Amino acid sequence: MNEPVTVFALALLAATIRKSVPLIFASTGGFFSERSGVVNIGLEGMMLFGAFSGALVAVLSHNPWLGLLGAAIVGALIACVHALATITFRANQIISGVAINLLAVGGTVFLTQVFMGGERSFSLGPSDRLPMWGPFLPIAYLSFICVAGACVFAYYTVPGLRLRAVGEHPRAADTQGINVAKVRFLAVIMSGVLAGLGGAYLPYFSGSFAKNMTSGLGFIALAALIFGKWNPAGAMAASLLFGFADALQETLQGRGGLPPQIFQAIPYVLTVVALAGVIGRSRPPAALGRHYEREASG
Amino acid sequence: MNTGLKKNSANLLPSLAALILAGIVSSIVILILGESPIYIARVMLSGSAGSLSSIANTLEEATPLIFTGLCVAIAMRCGLFNIGGEGQLVIGAFVAAWVGYRVGGLPPVVHITLCIALAGLAGALWALIPGLLKARFGAHEVINTIMLNYVAFIFANYLVGLPYFKKPGQIPQTEDVLQSALLPRMTFLYEYTRLNLGFVLAIAAVLLIYILLEKTELGFEIRSVGHNPLASRASGISVARNMLLAMAISGFLAGMAGSERVLGVHRHFISPFPFGYGFAGIAVALLGRNRPLGVLVSAIFFGALASGGAQVDIETNVPRELVTVIQAIVVLFVACEYPIRKFVFIRRRTAL
Amino acid sequence: MEFILEIQGITKAFPRTVASDDVSVRVRKGEIHALVGENGAGKTTLMNILYGLIRPDSGRILLRGVDLPLADGFLGTDYGIGMIHQHFMLIREFTVLENIILGAEPKKGFVLDRAGARRRVEAIIERYGIEADLDRKVRELSVGEEQRVEILKVLYRNAELIIMDEPTGVLTPQETSGLFETMKGLVADGRTLIFITHKLEEVVEVTDSVTVMRRGRVVGSVPTAETDAAQLAEMMVGKQLDALPRRASASIGEPVLEVRGLSLEARAGIKPLRDVSFEVRKGEVLGLCGVEGNGQLELFEILIGLRQPGKGSILIGGADVTRLSTLSRREAGLADIPPDRTTMGIITEFNLRENLLLGRQRESRFSRCGFLNAEAIEAETTRLIDQFGIRPPEPDAMGFSFSGGNQQKIVVARELARDPDILVACQPTRGVDVGATRLIHTWILRQADAGKAVFLVSADLAEVLSLSDRIGVMYRGEIVGMLDRSDANEEVLGLMMAGVVN
Repeated sequence: MNEPVTVFALALLAATIRKSVPLIFASTGGFFSERSGVVNIGLEGMMLFGAFSGALVAVLSHNPWLGLLGAAIVGALIACVHALATITFRANQIISGVAINLLAVGGTVFLTQVFMGGERSFSLGPSDRLPMWGPFLPIAYLSFICVAGACVFAYYTVPGLRLRAVGEHPRAADTQGINVAKVRFLAVIMSGVLAGLGGAYLPYFSGSFAKNMTSGLGFIALAALIFGKWNPAGAMAASLLFGFADALQETLQGRGGLPPQIFQAIPYVLTVVALAGVIGRSRPPAALGRHYEREASG
Repeated sequence: MNTGLKKNSANLLPSLAALILAGIVSSIVILILGESPIYIARVMLSGSAGSLSSIANTLEEATPLIFTGLCVAIAMRCGLFNIGGEGQLVIGAFVAAWVGYRVGGLPPVVHITLCIALAGLAGALWALIPGLLKARFGAHEVINTIMLNYVAFIFANYLVGLPYFKKPGQIPQTEDVLQSALLPRMTFLYEYTRLNLGFVLAIAAVLLIYILLEKTELGFEIRSVGHNPLASRASGISVARNMLLAMAISGFLAGMAGSERVLGVHRHFISPFPFGYGFAGIAVALLGRNRPLGVLVSAIFFGALASGGAQVDIETNVPRELVTVIQAIVVLFVACEYPIRKFVFIRRRTAL
Repeated sequence: MEFILEIQGITKAFPRTVASDDVSVRVRKGEIHALVGENGAGKTTLMNILYGLIRPDSGRILLRGVDLPLADGFLGTDYGIGMIHQHFMLIREFTVLENIILGAEPKKGFVLDRAGARRRVEAIIERYGIEADLDRKVRELSVGEEQRVEILKVLYRNAELIIMDEPTGVLTPQETSGLFETMKGLVADGRTLIFITHKLEEVVEVTDSVTVMRRGRVVGSVPTAETDAAQLAEMMVGKQLDALPRRASASIGEPVLEVRGLSLEARAGIKPLRDVSFEVRKGEVLGLCGVEGNGQLELFEILIGLRQPGKGSILIGGADVTRLSTLSRREAGLADIPPDRTTMGIITEFNLRENLLLGRQRESRFSRCGFLNAEAIEAETTRLIDQFGIRPPEPDAMGFSFSGGNQQKIVVARELARDPDILVACQPTRGVDVGATRLIHTWILRQADAGKAVFLVSADLAEVLSLSDRIGVMYRGEIVGMLDRSDANEEVLGLMMAGVVN
């Protein structure tokens, strides 16, 4: 008697998780970067580059696992650009992020045309795709492992402690012998790796790469991080919430009276509300966004 | 006058350096693709300025960028990051389409003015949301403006679906606006151009913003807050008030951009609405050093890039997205201006 | 060896000041050595050099007879030097334990060994009797508790030489006694302490020897037993040649600025301001002297409206302005010279004309219907440049390229041009050359002579003495004394400024 309801619920759950995976990866990546004090608006661009390179490498090598590696490496490289610009050259972190997003949108289509002979999108052949493990792709499971890993790292290891210290009070960390620039650099690179993996999920799931296919997921991931109070478990929960809203909207297809746009708008509205401190204070790392220089002038 | 030049050159240097570096990087990319940078440059030149039609094209591409560039620039002068130009533009575009279709019986001058004014107002209100959140709660405007972009797209998407707005048919768009609301096109330059009166309005906006910033009390206070909120407060200037006004003006400009696109080019609103002017506006403002005249030059430059890029795409192997890539590289290089500024600063200092 | 630390001929110059000028100090092992001086004397710079945060231009430092690698940059903790900064370097969101071990964490591979860390820290707590709750977050602690964490940090790293920069500035008397007990315990254990302070009664109470610094130089170094607070005060403040214009006798009118019971509570019982009351009358210069950091900044911010007091009220011309905005107070006749011209006084990216306009852009002379009247502004700019002798390094120069003296002249010119009823001048000649200082003093006196009121807050005793009709002394957020000019001199004031009240 409750069969259709259970089936519906299970399908919804599966859809939720599928929608959430890229968000989980990217928000965990954002966690590393922002916890070290570096704003990463460029998550969106890193995801897009990850989507592109993951799909491209998979197609060229007919090996999806290699594609994942490619996505991670490219994500790291793009993150290097952000790190270099903001930490070494003291560029404004937000502007650098915006530049990376611009670069990603144009760059991925540009490279698609170059590698795929004039086309603006391309598909993955059957041998290029990952096998399903149960209802989900392998990287879906990986995403949850990453969250657990990030939690353990941040709160139970020494480098994790230092990461958080640098984002809260870089001067204090500096006076205790911690290399602030190095920690931040590595954190940003880590965020690129995770964002790249998150982006790779998209073409792997849908079977093709298209222009701007992340369409704002990177920003939603950032929103999930903020809404989740800047810790990996919270970000994961928020990602699932946002994924759920998206899955629900898709499943309902406009039935149930409410226009689908309400569900679509949920992640964004919730983030605005969270930032305004209405649902408890979502407090960022104290030194977030501020460049650190050891300028000890008497 | 002599020293005015010196100060301006310190300001211009990062932009020039960024352009040169971006040119070098793109040349390398072009070489890797097997084409000659000189050849590509020539095609770009012809596609952007080689004939009346290409000039018209350049200016038409530049028009929305002038507005969104000013939008970002004026917010920046007050120390605010308005990344919400996309959303504010969309809201403005929708309102323009609505008022352009639904309000009849007006002479063109009145109708157009009404559409643009209301579109601007809508954009201003949309920008005031993050503005108020910042003034009241201290919530950072970057994330809020980005979030509201998406809310704007979704909201407009919803509205367009409603029977009151929707044009019957499959495509989610509104009816074309009335004849009296159309911005006349500059067909004297080229018969099929989409360049319209909006370009003249954009130039007017540049002048007005220049006058606002340099010659008015409000402009003085906005710039003061942008440079140093603490010193401004200490001298009695209200930081909150000026931030709100700057955001409102900023949103107004983005709304105007949307109205130009609807009344001059597309003639109706469609969801999804053409996208990217808001972000490009950031590049324009940055390259133009947040100065109105700089924004104008920068917008025309990017417009030329877009127009030339389209030509390159047609005639060669090099895809038009190269333009976006160049834009991004320019932004990155301009943002990394610190080493250049330090160099100039040190040279000036030792001269004292 | 006798001397654990020998600082020899250390010199460090910054673009506009010489922070350390051929400084030499010797510290014996196992002593508590005080380093005394006013703000800007160079104490913190010297200690930062010792700790490795700043590189000196020249000189040597010998620790246990061995040169420190000053030129290469090093970390004090690697050499057994620990520093407790004046502004604590604590991460508010971390627990006490985490703050203590940061940078020297016990670990198993990469994993943080919390249990091991806890044991080590608890052992230290046992040994020295320094109480701390390891699991509380720092933001929940009182200032005294925070300081104990800083001490534990330093002990955890086995620092042999410990520098304490103005540790009692934010402590209650009880907490201070507790600190002194701890300090004696540390020394009994074989460590050496350098104790930076401007509070002379503490020096007398707890230290073995004292070095006095003034304007980057060492004035003298003596065993504490051979000196007293009065002598130290004199060394700290110095006898100034009275070459500045003396205040002619004045005709004083009714109060223009009245301050009643101003109090401010920061947190956990720390009061930067305690029940401050005074009034400034027409034609009078009221000087408030005191070492910086005793509440002057907070008082200034409250007076001009950047901050609200917890209790108390402010009246200008009889009207209560306590809840009013900065703009309203300025319209009621207030003008101010802020203590930090580059952050609060001028806008470094504005040019001369714009800086002179700052705060005046709404005057009907300069603005009509929202539009700035360029001619009127230009005329006023020229007038002020002439009248106040402002010298721009080049025409159209931006604020940051002016010399300190000229920057200050801009601020003073702008504020005085408004003909204010009450001028609040906070450290008006700090970092300003002699010529500009003279001029600023002259203008301040002229204000008073014209029947206006001036409230002068300054750490420069000579300045306060030469300009004021009445002088108050600020110490620990309170006004500990108010004297007529005729009753005041450097000695009396110096003692009060250092907390020695008769």
